[in-house]
Amino acid sequence: MPVDRVDGPAKVTGAARYTAEIVLPDLAYATIVGATIPSGRIRRIDTGRALAAGGVLAVLTHEDLPRVAEPPHLLPSLVGAAAPGESFFPMQDDAVHYAGQPVAVVVADSLERAQHAASLVRVDYARTPAVTTLDEGRDSAYEPPTLFGGLMPARMSRGDVDAGLADADVRVDVSYHFAANHHNAIETSATTADWDGDRLTLYDSTMGIRATQLTVAHLLGLHVSDVRVVTHFVGGGFGSKAMTWPHVTLAAMAARQVGRPVRLALTRPQAFTSTGHREEQEQAMSLGAKRDGTLIALRHHKLSLASPFDDWAEPATATTTQVYACPNTEGVHRLVTGNTMTPTFTRGPGESVGVFVLETAMDQLAYELGVDPVELRLRCHAETDPRGNPWSSDGLAECLRVAASSFGWARRDPRPRMRREGDWLIGTGMAAAAYPVAFIMPTQRARARIYAGGDAVVQTGTQEFGTGVTTVMTQVAADGLGLPMEAVRFEAGDTDLPNTSAAVGSSGAMMVSAAVHNAATALRDQLVAMAVADSGSPLHGAEPSDVEVHDGRMRLRSRPEVGETYGEVMGRHHLEDAEALGSWTPPPPDTPHGLLTFGAQFAEVAVDPEFGLVRVRRLGGAFAPGRVLNPKTARSQLIGGMLWGMGQALLEGNRMDPRQGRWSATSLGDYLVPVNADAPDVTIDLIEVDDEVVGPLGAKGVGEIGQVGVAAAIANAVFHATGRRIRELPMTAELVMDPP
Amino acid sequence: MRPLSYARPHDAATAVAMVERDPAAAFLAGGTTEVDLLRIGVHRHDLLVDINELPYREVEELPGGGLRLGALSRMSDVARDDRVMARYPAVSQALLLGASEQLRNMATIGGNLCQRVRCGYFRDGISPCNKRHPGTGCAAIDGINRGHAVLGTSPHCIATHPSDLAVALVALDALVHVIGPGGSRAIAIDDFFVLPGDAPQREHPLAQGELIVAVDLPGEVIAARSTYVKVRDRQSYEFALVSVAAALTVSEGVVRDVRLALGGVGTKPWRARIAEAELMDAPATRESYERAAAAELSGADVRRYNAFKVPLAERTIARVLERAS
Repeated sequence: MPVDRVDGPAKVTGAARYTAEIVLPDLAYATIVGATIPSGRIRRIDTGRALAAGGVLAVLTHEDLPRVAEPPHLLPSLVGAAAPGESFFPMQDDAVHYAGQPVAVVVADSLERAQHAASLVRVDYARTPAVTTLDEGRDSAYEPPTLFGGLMPARMSRGDVDAGLADADVRVDVSYHFAANHHNAIETSATTADWDGDRLTLYDSTMGIRATQLTVAHLLGLHVSDVRVVTHFVGGGFGSKAMTWPHVTLAAMAARQVGRPVRLALTRPQAFTSTGHREEQEQAMSLGAKRDGTLIALRHHKLSLASPFDDWAEPATATTTQVYACPNTEGVHRLVTGNTMTPTFTRGPGESVGVFVLETAMDQLAYELGVDPVELRLRCHAETDPRGNPWSSDGLAECLRVAASSFGWARRDPRPRMRREGDWLIGTGMAAAAYPVAFIMPTQRARARIYAGGDAVVQTGTQEFGTGVTTVMTQVAADGLGLPMEAVRFEAGDTDLPNTSAAVGSSGAMMVSAAVHNAATALRDQLVAMAVADSGSPLHGAEPSDVEVHDGRMRLRSRPEVGETYGEVMGRHHLEDAEALGSWTPPPPDTPHGLLTFGAQFAEVAVDPEFGLVRVRRLGGAFAPGRVLNPKTARSQLIGGMLWGMGQALLEGNRMDPRQGRWSATSLGDYLVPVNADAPDVTIDLIEVDDEVVGPLGAKGVGEIGQVGVAAAIANAVFHATGRRIRELPMTAELVMDPP
Repeated sequence: MRPLSYARPHDAATAVAMVERDPAAAFLAGGTTEVDLLRIGVHRHDLLVDINELPYREVEELPGGGLRLGALSRMSDVARDDRVMARYPAVSQALLLGASEQLRNMATIGGNLCQRVRCGYFRDGISPCNKRHPGTGCAAIDGINRGHAVLGTSPHCIATHPSDLAVALVALDALVHVIGPGGSRAIAIDDFFVLPGDAPQREHPLAQGELIVAVDLPGEVIAARSTYVKVRDRQSYEFALVSVAAALTVSEGVVRDVRLALGGVGTKPWRARIAEAELMDAPATRESYERAAAAELSGADVRRYNAFKVPLAERTIARVLERAS
């Protein structure tokens, strides 16, 4: 049901308190001093002037910061364990591995004084050669055994790709370069740390409070029970807050040092070097097809820049080798060790870029074959996953047909560079989209409590970072309990509550709703059982399955006039409240089902070929995320994802200056994201598909599928408009403009 | 942020004296550049003299049909002034295509002319930069220089002048009025912006304590046909890749008068005098415009990432002139 956000009024009136707005008595302010070189050693740090500056409480460096209890080991936060963003903790020795790496932390009684003192810290470096671009490290590229904290193989293959390509009637070979991307959530990451003896409370802007709790406890050698993490509102994450980065633990260490609560908020420039990024990368794909469009070979290779600490790459080839039926596939990731921090999840990790490559190659194949691009996708549709397992739910063909119809695709003249309106060439393009459903999270838990007055509180340790989860879970809880939404308050954002995993990988709606639903229905069932066993109840002796609950009143399905309220049965039992826990354990990762969420993306662009400008006029998407829990918040998520994809296609990219080993853009004035004036009309079709595998409500999630495929649809539209294929993202003016 | 002092005098003489006697003092108008640069440590002023109490907020008629823009008039107010819109459309358009609505509500006309460059190496506070730390070198010349200038460059600096307004003012021969310790003077707008040469830290001919009080727009008929076109990566809140301010008088198929200035490509707002000379008395044709544009850009000094600005500027000039004729 489309429901307004329950936290909307608090957000638009400013009443909502974000992490950096939490005020504690005696609060002090910490700021990081980041390394200005990408590689080397610290010869000397002069903290004298900083320590002498007004209001300064402490200046910590590697010389006096305590050692961490155990070194961090990267593991994706969805797994539910400690989840440091990199297998590295700064300020443990004098080594510098990347620019921006914290080399000192300054604490003062105001933010301004902390920042001023930080500017007075003098660091004398002995610089050593660094690698910060693919070009510099290409010759030393290697194929790691595994990726992603060891969870995924770096090479996946099936059949014989060489033979398949040799057999093909038509072959398409493409290669692309992708600039690094940054998340740029409007709220930069912030942590406020407050010690009470050996117990630590952290207010943290995170997509996973549990990940923060476990990571900080691990690094500081604390009992997990002594670390509480609270977050009420988070101003966007997009992956930058999916892992726990060093600044969080540094805030706790600084607070312990000064004996006061400490807030550490990253500045915008620091956010470019403190919470990961999407790595600079190149991808190449070869498709081999029969004349009728049947795919017989797909080779997909990725080369990307990783850190000195981790074999990290967004896994680009797992989805691209599943979307279409193809007997011979090969996906390989190769890495270059670079002097950057460990890259991280960035919205649509892997798929965002990998599916771009697949879907622009498929567009090219469609032109080679003279087949309509939608028709080609339909012909290549995979009835099962590559292991032969049925999809938990599909919907790709419906998405393609519905979105094509909404968009008006049928009237398209496929010939490139045929439509002109004044200075503008007009083109349309499309792409399929797919994003995995990952079953790597542990058991998810929630608690439901109802009071005799008919009001309920439902709790779980998830967090609201703009997705609408608070609203959706209020709906799910109300539905499960049979109460009106106004009678239910959903509480989250506190590790004292029952545990759920970090809401990453588009898993939030699925896993959190499953736990909340199970808690709510367990409580309902408990009270129904009480009523049917109670000789004083009008429902006495009824089969529980014959009882439904509506507006807080239990009643017989067949005779709705027979029934009573929760409060009535609780009153007879002298109960002021009743409570139940609910949990959900995902199927095993090797469950015999194909696990993808599907969609289709369409774009119309106007290209000024003289100036090289691309303006997106229309975006249309259709998505099949299982059951849609709240069409309003789902559409918002999908629109946001699609505009992200537009930014990826046209604007977003950062270059390293290899001489300095620093990013060239470290502000929102230099790193361009779309503004409202860039946003076109966006239409969305939601295709509901039944899914009995992904949890009791059959919801797959919409956090990332909206972002996947958009850039490919835009690139294909640019080709249609201009007749030129651009082999880099973002597609900036100098790439798009007609050559002189 | 470094500790600093702040004063808000009520008369111009006091303001001028305060800044004149303290080399680390600066005027504060809208603050949209100054406060940013103080916060990131690129500006290191010890005293800010807030001039917002001074009486330079109005747009006034000048004898002879011109307009005087008070130095403290806000970008948004000037952009929507009926007289500016009717008689100097390029000025109004340039203002509305600059910055964002919130910034335009704060930023002033005088401050706009004094804004600093957007070069990332200037603003990072770390890199070699002759403008920030004379003698340290220019990191942009062999660095990431997509946004940098191709005209008016020197071996010491290639930062692009960021103002849109200034491009329109340069095209229309505005006059900058300043007061200072030595009295008042007027500076032709084209002389107000200084090429980097071997002293890129010096951007204006202003002495310490000299304050812009007004910008005069001369009363010329051609200005009413002026136009400003800005080419940029995104459609709002973004500096120009290339911009063109132009005004053209054509009769009987021949260019009789022309004003042309470029933004996004020069180390100063670039009056295209070579192109203007080519165009005078030339046929008002696309070929003439293209030839004039090529002549203006023939001296372009391109770097690894900004070579595209040459054809982009040539194409923009040609299109704007074609539309204006």
